[in-house]
Amino acid sequence: METLTLLSWAFDVTLGLTLMWLAWRALASEDLFKGIVLFIAFGLLMALAWVRLDAPDIALAEAAIGAGLTGALLLGALAKLEAGAESRSRRSEILPRPADKTKVFSGLLVFLLLALVVMLVYAIVKLPPLASGLSAQVAENITASGVSNPVTATLLNFRAYDTLLEMAVLLLAVLGIRSLAVVQEPRGREPGAVLDMLSHLLVPLLILVSGYLLWVGSYAAGGAFQAGAVLAATGVLLLLTGWLPGAWFVGWPLRFLLIFGLAVFVAVTLVLQLFGASFLEFPPSLAGSLILLIEVAAALSIGVTLTALFLGGRPQPEPPSSGRAEKRNTSGTQPS
Amino acid sequence: MSFTDILTVLLLLAGASFFLAGTVGLLRFPDVYTRLHALTKADNLGLGLMLAGLALQAESWTVVARLLLIWVLILLASSSVAHLVVRTAQQKGIRPWKR
Repeated sequence: METLTLLSWAFDVTLGLTLMWLAWRALASEDLFKGIVLFIAFGLLMALAWVRLDAPDIALAEAAIGAGLTGALLLGALAKLEAGAESRSRRSEILPRPADKTKVFSGLLVFLLLALVVMLVYAIVKLPPLASGLSAQVAENITASGVSNPVTATLLNFRAYDTLLEMAVLLLAVLGIRSLAVVQEPRGREPGAVLDMLSHLLVPLLILVSGYLLWVGSYAAGGAFQAGAVLAATGVLLLLTGWLPGAWFVGWPLRFLLIFGLAVFVAVTLVLQLFGASFLEFPPSLAGSLILLIEVAAALSIGVTLTALFLGGRPQPEPPSSGRAEKRNTSGTQPS
Repeated sequence: MSFTDILTVLLLLAGASFFLAGTVGLLRFPDVYTRLHALTKADNLGLGLMLAGLALQAESWTVVARLLLIWVLILLASSSVAHLVVRTAQQKGIRPWKR
């Protein structure tokens, strides 16, 4: 037992130090590509840190969204940057600042960072040895929440506004991207046989996993965000293999899917308020089914929204070279 | 320590040694093709051995099935990604390293 505690302690310290080193390298790297790869590695190790803290829900979300999707978004952004400035080198341009100003700035920065370190150390020293937090209250009321996973109970019932506002933020982000840019042509080149086969094998499996995560969220680690992230990974994989949403899809159907989760959430709370409940209050007898309903809608919307973020703009209603899109359409959902 | 435990430890150690070898190869080998060659050893054999070791400790067959699924998926993904990397390298005209 003694050696095991020592081992896990050593592991945690190594993990923490590696995290800090990776964060520093990712920020300080002049090569943007290197920075992104380090950031992805940072996200994966961060997920491991959440596992060590007994928070598998956050670990899943961190690995899927923090490392996977954000990494894909950053790489996509870098590809666009490079396409925009082909002649420039990959190194980010660091503008030379006047020397005296730099000194003042770095002095100030070091001072602020030291102040932060002092405050953090103070906070850690001041921490009560065993803080119970709110977990006792959550455990007491878990039967009224409709689910048995305390994380889902907190996110979808006790603090439902958390999820509601997160989905609003995602919607706002995708609205911003849609109003700023138009996606005109398929980004990827011909995917090739291997990637094609991989996507054929993985897409159904990923959809299955997404459904599993959604379902399992009521009693174990999982839930709408994790399921949505896996759906989004499916979307990103499809986009990378050269698939583009058909022309029939990018108009109202896509808009509908983008707002679907938020709309269902708001509609449920409004209807309940009509029956006398207060804002975001679910009656215990219905809570389980309502949470499942909201989560299904939320997962769909989150998946579509994150994929739309990766697409990086408003898809053109009619793709210019329709041959490719048509070919892809035959394997996907058929417009009737 | 039972016989299963000893076997698990041996399998984990063997897996770790493949990961170590793969990492050293990734860092030390001269070009992209040889580096990938080193890396696949860690992915395929190293992970396979580790998962076999963990499967011996599993409480139920569903856990074993999940571990097996993880291995198959990673095999699939890593070999596909290796193929993509090599294809891109060839398209860019990177010549295999020669002594």
